[in-house]
Amino acid sequence: MNVTMLGGCVKGSDGALWKSRRRDLDRPREKDFRRELPYWLVLLWSDKDRAVGWTTAVAHATTVEDVTVIATESLSKRFPRVTALDRLSLDIGPGVTGLVGANGAGKSTMIKILLGLSPATEGRAEVLGMDVRTSGAQIRERVGYMPEHDCLPPDVSATEFVVHMARMSGLPATAARERTADTLRHVGLYEERYRPMGGYSTGMKQRVKLAQALVHDPKLVLLDEPTNGLDPVGRDEMLGLIRRVWTDFGISVLVTSHLLGELERTCDHVVVIDGGTLLRSSSTSDFTRTTTTLAVEVTDSDTHPDGTAALRAALAGAGVTLHAGVEDGLPGAGHILLLEAAGEETYDLVRDVVADLGLGLVRMEQRRHHIAEVFRPEASPQHEDPQHEEVPAR
Amino acid sequence: MSTQTPQPSQAAPDTTRIHNIGYRSYDGPRLGRSYARRSLFSQSLRGAYGLGRSAKSKVLPMLLFGVMCVPALIIVAVAVVTKQTKLSIEYTQYAIFLQVVIGIFLASQAPQSVSRDLRFRTVPLYFSRPIERADYVLAKFGAMASALFLLTSVPLLILWIGSLLAKMDFGTQTQMFGQGLLSVALLSLLFGGIGLVMAALTPRRGFGVAAVIGALTISYGAVSTLQGIAYGTDNLGAISWLGLFSPITLIDGVQTAFLGAPSSFPGGEGPGAGTGAVYLLVVLALVAGSYGILMRRYRKVGL
Ligand SMILES: Nc1ncnc2c1ncn2[C@@H]1O[C@H](COP(=O)(O)OP(=O)(O)O)[C@@H](O)[C@H]1O
Ligand SMILES: [Mg+2]
Repeated sequence: MNVTMLGGCVKGSDGALWKSRRRDLDRPREKDFRRELPYWLVLLWSDKDRAVGWTTAVAHATTVEDVTVIATESLSKRFPRVTALDRLSLDIGPGVTGLVGANGAGKSTMIKILLGLSPATEGRAEVLGMDVRTSGAQIRERVGYMPEHDCLPPDVSATEFVVHMARMSGLPATAARERTADTLRHVGLYEERYRPMGGYSTGMKQRVKLAQALVHDPKLVLLDEPTNGLDPVGRDEMLGLIRRVWTDFGISVLVTSHLLGELERTCDHVVVIDGGTLLRSSSTSDFTRTTTTLAVEVTDSDTHPDGTAALRAALAGAGVTLHAGVEDGLPGAGHILLLEAAGEETYDLVRDVVADLGLGLVRMEQRRHHIAEVFRPEASPQHEDPQHEEVPAR
Repeated sequence: MSTQTPQPSQAAPDTTRIHNIGYRSYDGPRLGRSYARRSLFSQSLRGAYGLGRSAKSKVLPMLLFGVMCVPALIIVAVAVVTKQTKLSIEYTQYAIFLQVVIGIFLASQAPQSVSRDLRFRTVPLYFSRPIERADYVLAKFGAMASALFLLTSVPLLILWIGSLLAKMDFGTQTQMFGQGLLSVALLSLLFGGIGLVMAALTPRRGFGVAAVIGALTISYGAVSTLQGIAYGTDNLGAISWLGLFSPITLIDGVQTAFLGAPSSFPGGEGPGAGTGAVYLLVVLALVAGSYGILMRRYRKVGL
């Protein structure tokens, strides 16, 4: 085996310490799961590998099929001169949902109503099962909001600002500071978080705006045009970050855009509105997301001098679809087995097979990208400097 | 990396790197509206003295605080050394005497407290949280009034302690100190409200400063000029009614009528109890009105 427990951390054979994710240890499901495992077979978490291990299990635990995050029924908002929303009925489940429409389509109006800040003229809306008319304060406690316009005072640092906003969400001072540090790191702000925000680039400002929406660990975030003003690279980074808010943090997202097509890769579901009415509501059926690719790496043992080959044979025997060939010629790729995960059962199966063979599990990662993309050098964890984590490019 | 033999040791710290990057959820307490309001109050109060802000922004409020206290310290020092039986200034006169300093403090700090949130459009971020309009306005109003109360009551405290050190009559001094505190409390509420309303009218900080200074000095200048004319033309009855039209003369009138203060009006023609009641009502109406205007102001800001 090549991982050892080190007071809450796991030490890999490369000398790296991998801290286990508290979120998951807190969940009874994962706790039970850990107890069943040999002590060296633990969950390895790293941001380098975007969605390591049991992310899907977490997602599944919160994704009960018929849960509704946002529901509107014949929702209308009429201003003296314009009808911003016209009898709009929506039913939005967990995950990332895009709300797309041209400027003036009613996207921002919708968000204000969902936050309980602007009363609907007609119809009703529920957020996280609470009525926006009567439970505005409770909704706002568990929802995060990122406005489309600038909202950052230039003369304070990101840290000071986000700490203050965390306290405004009701977090005690110590928790506000801890969560601010965590959240700013998650959105990719490091040393610059101590500098006044006036000197930040648009991309950095958008990240701070996202961080203040996430800092109180909401169940849902409403992001109003988060890619506005960003260049193509910044846009991709922001969209990747948004995807991670759901896959890694387990927070549902409603994200708006005036660009059709932009959100298709990021969202599980896209709603298109025009002139306040529903134009289209559809699931995005993207191969790279609907079928999950797992990357598994195991150690060798005395009985199985080539652990990878042994596992490959055993898994093939168990009926698992294995990808072959794509990893050739890339560093370290020969030890990595790519297979298709049909669901949680596949994770359990791999665990059991590895344990039966007496091998050590070095890693088991979920890979969401096109397989060809996964092994681009910059996407490979060994090549990244852990101190400078980049948000995932897609 | 997968072919190594087991090494259950804790050595090799030099190659150790920490990958502690996973997301952690928050299961701790969420303290809600009243806590958020209190946090905003204390942040704004501290901010009025530049605490939690840049070193540069501490200079002016701290300097003004010092300027407020220095005369009190000198008066006390003189009283103790020369063994006076009476302070050379009344508690109730102190704030009137130093009204310019109070005005500068308000003009510099009220816009800092509210204009920035409007200008940088931070207000929607507050209202997207459990905190509501009334919480925001109460916290800002309370913080501004408290900052002014600190500025005006600490010198009185110095005077009172000094009077005791100089062995003046405890009962008399304490009573006058109490009256002084009541007076500056009323002044803090009135000035705080007026200052915030003026500052919240414009997102531009400079305009806010000018508006506050203008509201205080123009009204006072006009009132005292007219009072002077009334006094010169023997229209003594008009003097106390004219005092209703500027913040500082309002406070002066209330304390003349109810808090045993000598009037600063020309000829000492302060209001009696009857007119004084009108003064008090006007002050309370202005405080309530400021709150109402601020609430209206932020209704439009919403999101
Ligand atoms: N407070 C308001 N008063 C009057 N009209 C408004 C107001 N807010 C939005 N509108 C109008 O409602 C329509 C929808 O606006 P909005 O929701 O901001 O669109 P989007 O965010 O999709 O660009 C627009 O025609 C806009 O002019
Ligand atoms: Mg909009």
